[in-house]
Amino acid sequence: MASIRFEKAQRWYPGADAPAVPGIDLEIRDGEFMVLVGPSGCGKSTTLRMLAGLEAVNEGKIFIGDRDITALPPKDRDIAMVFQNYALYPHMSVEDNMAFALKIAKVPAQQRKQRVREAAEMLGLTEYLQRKPKALSGGQRQRVAMGRAIVRSPQVFCMDEPLSNLDAKMRVQTRTDIAKLQSDLGTTTVYVTHDQVEAMTMGDRVAVMNVGELQQVDTPLRLYDHPDNLFVAGFIGSPQMNLMKAVAVDGKAKIGDYLVPVDPASQRKMSGKVTVGVRPEAWRLTSDGGEGLPITVTLVEDLGADSFIYGTSEVEGTPSTVIVRVSERGRIHKGDVIHVTTDPRNVHVFDTNSGERLSD
Amino acid sequence: MTDTVTAPAAASPARKARKPATHFDPNPAKAGWFTRIVLLVICVLWLIPLIGALVTSFRTTSDAANTGWWSVIVHPSTLSSLTLQNYSSALGGTQHMGTAFINSLAITLPATFIPILIASFAAYAFTFIEFKGREFLFLTIVAMLVVPNYVAFIPILKLYRDVGLNGSFPAAWLAHIGFGMSLAVYILRNYMSTLPKTVIESAKMDGASHYMTFYRLVLPMSVPALASFAIFQFLWVWNDLLVALVFIGPGNNEPVTVALTGLQGQFGKGWELVTAGGFITMLLPVIVFFALQRFFIRGLTAGAVKG
Repeated sequence: MASIRFEKAQRWYPGADAPAVPGIDLEIRDGEFMVLVGPSGCGKSTTLRMLAGLEAVNEGKIFIGDRDITALPPKDRDIAMVFQNYALYPHMSVEDNMAFALKIAKVPAQQRKQRVREAAEMLGLTEYLQRKPKALSGGQRQRVAMGRAIVRSPQVFCMDEPLSNLDAKMRVQTRTDIAKLQSDLGTTTVYVTHDQVEAMTMGDRVAVMNVGELQQVDTPLRLYDHPDNLFVAGFIGSPQMNLMKAVAVDGKAKIGDYLVPVDPASQRKMSGKVTVGVRPEAWRLTSDGGEGLPITVTLVEDLGADSFIYGTSEVEGTPSTVIVRVSERGRIHKGDVIHVTTDPRNVHVFDTNSGERLSD
Repeated sequence: MTDTVTAPAAASPARKARKPATHFDPNPAKAGWFTRIVLLVICVLWLIPLIGALVTSFRTTSDAANTGWWSVIVHPSTLSSLTLQNYSSALGGTQHMGTAFINSLAITLPATFIPILIASFAAYAFTFIEFKGREFLFLTIVAMLVVPNYVAFIPILKLYRDVGLNGSFPAAWLAHIGFGMSLAVYILRNYMSTLPKTVIESAKMDGASHYMTFYRLVLPMSVPALASFAIFQFLWVWNDLLVALVFIGPGNNEPVTVALTGLQGQFGKGWELVTAGGFITMLLPVIVFFALQRFFIRGLTAGAVKG
């Protein structure tokens, strides 16, 4: 078990104009489940592969515990990795797949069998031990890949989008399985995904990345409630946060005629162009008075428990679609015009130019 | 049956015949009548010379010298004069086909397996090990493909004479290994580069050395490419006359191809012997081809990664 520390770790692919990861500083605590999340090409996989030793680190250092592993080959790092496409050994049985690393490490046969059996039991693979990977379903293959990592009882698990090849139902189930397994084993885990739902549900902490830079590292709820910048605000949450361009006038944020209520901190700080973010569930319908932001409804999604209303607003600065969550159903129809407003504590104010958060 | 692919050489017309099936054809495996007739004609055209050779190989010397093989069909009464004599005199007696057969094996087997071993090492390095000048070196080896073998004969012959290799088996081995190497490296590297990279990376994480990765993972996964190259190289070496003639020549070490030319009389006579010898020569390649064909199985890596 171990903590992980990236110190300005840089990866610059040969021949590329700019580094894929210019220099990342990140601390992962012992036993923590850290999720790296971001859009494709943001450098999250590169970061993980630097940790695993599959990509060279051009500058900076990486530590596991007190060991400087920057220059160590993968096999000496005591890391197990689960790949997106599972990367099983096709001509070996499930048992041999899981025992491969132990065999190389010259673990005695008796002990090897024991450990493989334990891992197989934990993952419900006992009856498949003699099968070849091609005779397994996607979910089972995924579990074999997990098993291969578990039997080694390494200091760190690296997982590179291990769920993205599963169908939607399997994904949800395996998601909770992995999270539970990790908390049972207590092994420090770095998990890469582009799916923010996975990030929110699995991670002890989540590191949001964009164009090679860390945007924010925080607990999932903190990311949701308190995004540090525009990128995080737009990336975390589904459906997306409504981000609207506003002008700061005398401590008030104006979108057309609508004055967005903002908290005192941003009242003080904001000036010029700002972007105001409101989550769909933070909107409140105003009674007919015509106050608030007018929205023409274009689509109503009834999900049963609640409904999402998609609409457009003529007011300049609003995004092409404004999303509002309402709890009652059947009251609002396509073509209606509704007025919505919100409360200061639910409003996130960002500087449009720098993207920095202004509100508390 | 659907997951086997036949050797490129046997990319059979039958497979093409499935193409014209239209979308309303309930059974796309069934070809239309036109296709069938065309195929039949091609097959017959292809088979006639072979049948001719087969018939000739069973005829007596005087029959072969005086009439064509088709006279057997035109005058069925002559069927009774067919004989196995040609085969026995080709194999035994003064013609040495039997010894030549063993010689051919002694030349072909090492000349097939040694290049595969060396080339698969090389292909692994070219695919999975990063080193300076990798691309250049690989291109150089591939470029050797365009150099005709013949230009190397005289220098090699001189070299062999200096070290006293001429006329021996190793002379043929080395020549075939050298001539086959660039194609072998090319084919194997191309195949290995299609192997899922993450599997190799996974082995790296599991602590496997290059040697181990090669033997435990890459070789077993490359069996289709190894088998197809083995077939090519085997057939090429077995059927080779030129290299054998130049570096070994007629004598105690001669392979079947050289012996076969010896069966032909000075004035182009002895067809019945040559055809019999030809069928003896064909025996092994046919067996090898059908035996190795089952290795041409697509999807050997099935299950390694998500398709």
